[in-house]
Amino acid sequence: MLLKISHRTEYRYDAPLLYALQRLRLVPYGGPAQTIKTWSLTIDGAREEVRFTDHFGNDTRLLSVEGDPHVISVEASGEVETHDTAGVMGAHRGFAPLWLFGSETRLTTAGDGIRALAGGVGGGSDLDRLHRLMGNIRERVAYTVGATDSGTSAEEALLQGTGVCQDHTHIFTSAARLLGFPARYVSGYLMMNDRLDQVATHAWAEAHVANLGWVAFDVANGISADARYVRVATGRDYREAMPVSGIRLGQAQEQLAVHITVEQ
Amino acid sequence: MTAFDEMHPQDTGLRKPYSAYDRWFQAQDPTRLTEKMRDAERVFRKTGITFAVYGEEEAAERLIPFDIVPRIISGSEWRRLTQGIEQRVQALNAFLDDIYHRQEILRAGRVPKELIASNEAFLPEMIGVRPPKGVYTHIIGVDIVRTGEDEFYVLEDNARTPSGVSYMLENRETMMQLFPELFQRVKVRPVENYPQLLRQSLSAVKPDNAHDAPRVAVLTPGSYNSAYFEHAFLADQMGVELVEGQDLRVIDGHVAMRTTEGYKQIDVLYRRVDDAYLDPLTFKPDSTLGVPGIMDVYRAGNITIANAPGTGIADDKAIYSYMPEIVEFYTGRKAILGNIPTWRCSEPDSLKYVMEHLAELVVKEVHGSGGYGMLVGPTASKKEREDFAKKLMARPSNYIAQPTLSLSTCPILTEKGLAPRHVDLRPFVLVSDRIQIVPGGLTRVALKEGSLVVNSSQGGGTKDTWVLDD
Repeated sequence: MLLKISHRTEYRYDAPLLYALQRLRLVPYGGPAQTIKTWSLTIDGAREEVRFTDHFGNDTRLLSVEGDPHVISVEASGEVETHDTAGVMGAHRGFAPLWLFGSETRLTTAGDGIRALAGGVGGGSDLDRLHRLMGNIRERVAYTVGATDSGTSAEEALLQGTGVCQDHTHIFTSAARLLGFPARYVSGYLMMNDRLDQVATHAWAEAHVANLGWVAFDVANGISADARYVRVATGRDYREAMPVSGIRLGQAQEQLAVHITVEQ
Repeated sequence: MTAFDEMHPQDTGLRKPYSAYDRWFQAQDPTRLTEKMRDAERVFRKTGITFAVYGEEEAAERLIPFDIVPRIISGSEWRRLTQGIEQRVQALNAFLDDIYHRQEILRAGRVPKELIASNEAFLPEMIGVRPPKGVYTHIIGVDIVRTGEDEFYVLEDNARTPSGVSYMLENRETMMQLFPELFQRVKVRPVENYPQLLRQSLSAVKPDNAHDAPRVAVLTPGSYNSAYFEHAFLADQMGVELVEGQDLRVIDGHVAMRTTEGYKQIDVLYRRVDDAYLDPLTFKPDSTLGVPGIMDVYRAGNITIANAPGTGIADDKAIYSYMPEIVEFYTGRKAILGNIPTWRCSEPDSLKYVMEHLAELVVKEVHGSGGYGMLVGPTASKKEREDFAKKLMARPSNYIAQPTLSLSTCPILTEKGLAPRHVDLRPFVLVSDRIQIVPGGLTRVALKEGSLVVNSSQGGGTKDTWVLDD
């Protein structure tokens, strides 16, 4: 499937900026389930300082901004050929050892709730257990926009029973690790069949299963990733895979607008 | 237990390395020496070498006492030591390269994976980074103790940010001021060129794309840091800028410092700021001591950070106990300098042994430094041992234990004449495309009679350390 993606992020500042940095993970790599046909990153109102591949293999760019109040925009766009691999992403690659994906982060630290969730998965094959885990999370945590924020932990989201794809993914990775599977957070795009404009970037999880390698689980939609998914960045949690993160000096308030389209 | 005295061993009288010094000493008027001791204190007060002691009520800055009797090492003893140190330093860098790449040593089962996986000093952000010339730890202080004529052991490897080199330099300068005639009589190898060597060594590991005369700077947490004096001293001696995080920002793909003529690119940063505070965009977000985005510039290969972030994984006390295996794994040879036998309290059998022998052992926190939070069994009271045992049982994996070694002694000058006190030695090692060790180092001395704790934070002093040119 050939997907055309456009992801535009706009920041408006209401006062002069002393200095700000934005770190972007907005450039996808090719892999078993996707081939990048074209991709470009257009930056307006900010300067690219450096680009590098981070410790999880993500293309990362650092931008700097300073000066009068203004608008900066970042547009990532391109065409990606995707293949349905039934969610199987294949063998682990890179220097980050698999065991690292078994370790907790602040956002994915398991509490009693996650421990009980993992304990309730029961037996069966690796894939059976992971699918059951995905189903159980979907039943417990309703997709609700605005009930959580980017700092909400997996345990908190599970206990309150509401969240968005980020929370679903954190809960899944945290519980999967308890069950002995290395697990990671994937940020990327999903083409929703019923609409052109997407609300936000999407997030799902991957768990490492013996003999299969990484397998993708989209808890929010209750399926393994198929040809409608484009992977952009991975990490142990949202913080490590987030498309844009930054730091800002000065009093200026930031207003963010995101516009994403994914079409065939 | 009688300790080996490096000047006057009991059986043989005077040891040879001290013979020239001893002839001079015997000819001195004792009152003149006592005056010189006071002069030395004045010099130190004037130069402002102080040391903030943490955990004391008034956090008072105070002088580290200096003793005017040098600690003397013969040329042949030094050669043997340097061979052992070089081997160890090579192994430390090879270990760091491996840990942040293929992790062969874990795959081979020579070091347990859990030791790395559960260790906060392991920085995932360093995975896949190979710094210029493959050097991770550029400046190392290897703490060495001696127990006999030919018995040297490594007490610990300081591979993050070893301090104390300024004392080595000031001690020598003070000795040369006080006793110029002594340096005419005894041929002592120089240490004064350390700042130049440090600068050359740092310049030699500049990023591949940096110009031929790279700009070096020293990053300090600021004047409230206990080692601020040393940061300022080294920057001054090297002739480079002393900077704080707030002076730096990312500009044109590099880290640059603010000057009156605008921003200037820095190629090599000798940082004395801990990993966690180095980059608020990557590590602790509320750190004001670091430089936001410096890790991005680093990964892009546009700056050298010395020592590299994440080197703490090599000098952790739990890793220390595996150093003999680590040296053998990467160099293919047995370690020339041995380790002190170490019990890892995380292992049940070891914990049992340690609990049963607390009165004989030294127990240390795995991640501690500076002699804080340790138990010296033989000198601790029963109550101190009991209290410590509770802490140990609550978190066994937080501790290691070692036998109480009979550290060698060197004489210090007291009001009643020479008296033996226990010493250790921290030689300073510089790694670039080669390994350089300034002849000598910092000798720390426990000033209290019988005490084995040489840390300056615990009442230790220092001595000038001579390596003879023989």
